[in-house]
Amino acid sequence: MSSPAKATPPMIRLVGVHKRFGSQPVLKDINLEINRGEVVVVLGPSGAGKSTLCRTINRLEPIDAGRIEIDGVALPAEGRALARLRADVGIVFQQFNLFAHKTIVQNVALAPVLVRKLGKADARQAAMQLLARVGISDQADKYPAQLSGGQQQRAAIARALAMRPKVMLFDEPTSALDPEMVQEVLDVMTSLVQEGMTMLVVTHEMGFARRAADRVVFMSVGEIVEDSPPDQFFTAPRSDRAKDFLGKILTH
Amino acid sequence: MIELLVDNRDLFLTGFRNTILLFLLAGIGALVVGTLLAAMRVSPVPVLRLLGGGYVNIFRNTPLTLVFFFFAFAYPRLDLLDVSFFTRAVLALIVYTAAFVCEVVRSGINTVDVGQAEASRALGLTFTQTLTTIVVPQAIRSVVPPLTSVLNALLKNTTVAAGFAVAEAGQITPTLSERGASVLIGMVWIAIGFLILVIPLTATQRTLEKRWSVAR
Ligand SMILES: Nc1ncnc2c1ncn2[C@@H]1O[C@H](COP(=O)(O)OP(=O)(O)OP(=O)(O)O)[C@@H](O)[C@H]1O
Ligand SMILES: [Mg+2]
Repeated sequence: MSSPAKATPPMIRLVGVHKRFGSQPVLKDINLEINRGEVVVVLGPSGAGKSTLCRTINRLEPIDAGRIEIDGVALPAEGRALARLRADVGIVFQQFNLFAHKTIVQNVALAPVLVRKLGKADARQAAMQLLARVGISDQADKYPAQLSGGQQQRAAIARALAMRPKVMLFDEPTSALDPEMVQEVLDVMTSLVQEGMTMLVVTHEMGFARRAADRVVFMSVGEIVEDSPPDQFFTAPRSDRAKDFLGKILTH
Repeated sequence: MIELLVDNRDLFLTGFRNTILLFLLAGIGALVVGTLLAAMRVSPVPVLRLLGGGYVNIFRNTPLTLVFFFFAFAYPRLDLLDVSFFTRAVLALIVYTAAFVCEVVRSGINTVDVGQAEASRALGLTFTQTLTTIVVPQAIRSVVPPLTSVLNALLKNTTVAAGFAVAEAGQITPTLSERGASVLIGMVWIAIGFLILVIPLTATQRTLEKRWSVAR
């Protein structure tokens, strides 16, 4: 883990993270560093703890032991400091979670006004630019329920980007979508990769993992089993669990 | 029948004026206190959750008359601010009704998908911002009908204040019988009076429900 620029800390650092739900351990001694501009794809079977990993990084789930740092700053407990740090970490959920009672443009402009204290007009203008960027500016004044899944997910990405986050987390962003809408969301994500965004992506889209990832992290029953470049992971996985997983996925 | 109403209009006017006053003051107070209690019950702070839950469990299971008795007889001995019977009646109604408002608001909050609050927190909104701009506006829709029932009950409960020597509508019949007028006819008029008071309540509920069912 000796990055060339020792002065800049990794964007995300997890050290010895443990997490249990009741008596069931879900994350066991997770150690992970993601550097600035790096794209890490997390793969693994259902129940491996991928969502939980994502959610601990902005403390939607508190951890039982270990340490999490964002850009060199330890994750604070509840309160304003935590809220401030969360604003720097964008997250995109499988179920979109757009605010149902707000229009699309309101969804995007809300947090910049409430959290970043941007003026309403400025926030709306910035929101419209982001909506144009993800290709749904014509949907700005509709409510989430009036949009297709792919459009909703692109709106959710725009909402996260509106906070100018340092890092973006994606938890299976295309898993709830009809197949024909997967690509439009992956295209938006790919454009983020090209712009140098630091990203942690949980996905089952192997094509995206091969093309976009700098590293593939393979999880199984709460552990990181492999952490390697995509070429190596897909052509020569070391562990039996990864071989087994790839065997199942690739024969589909 | 009309005659009785006209002859005793002083009685009916002060009676219903006080009922309306009790209802409005206690209603507003209970809405505020009940919403705060609900916020406590869903807050991330365990102590607040415990306090909120304790309050609700105590006052939902205590008969209203007991709460009134406390404010009538125990309160004056506590050496607190000396306040009128009327104020104490309002306080008793607030303390009691707030527990019910709290439960209605809380179950309304629970109808809102947790993903909404999670997305909000993930964007950096504070607990209060999440509650006021994301959760409560979506909860209100399902809260209006049961809240109307709670307020309806409050309206009827104002009559318990009669035991406090607050001259509200429930106090009309005893005075009528002192004056030698027909208590039965008096009671019919009181019932009609309460019916009239319920109408604006129900009408407000209808309007609110209609407004929020399209705003989506
Ligand atoms: N809130 C919770 N309470 C209790 N157990 C939970 C909770 N959330 C997750 N779990 C459990 O933790 C384990 C890991 O869950 P997680 O959602 O992180 O897995 P995942 O890798 O994202 O799986 P999937 O591919 O199905 O999304 C599972 O066994 C799950 O049942
Ligand atoms: Mg998951």
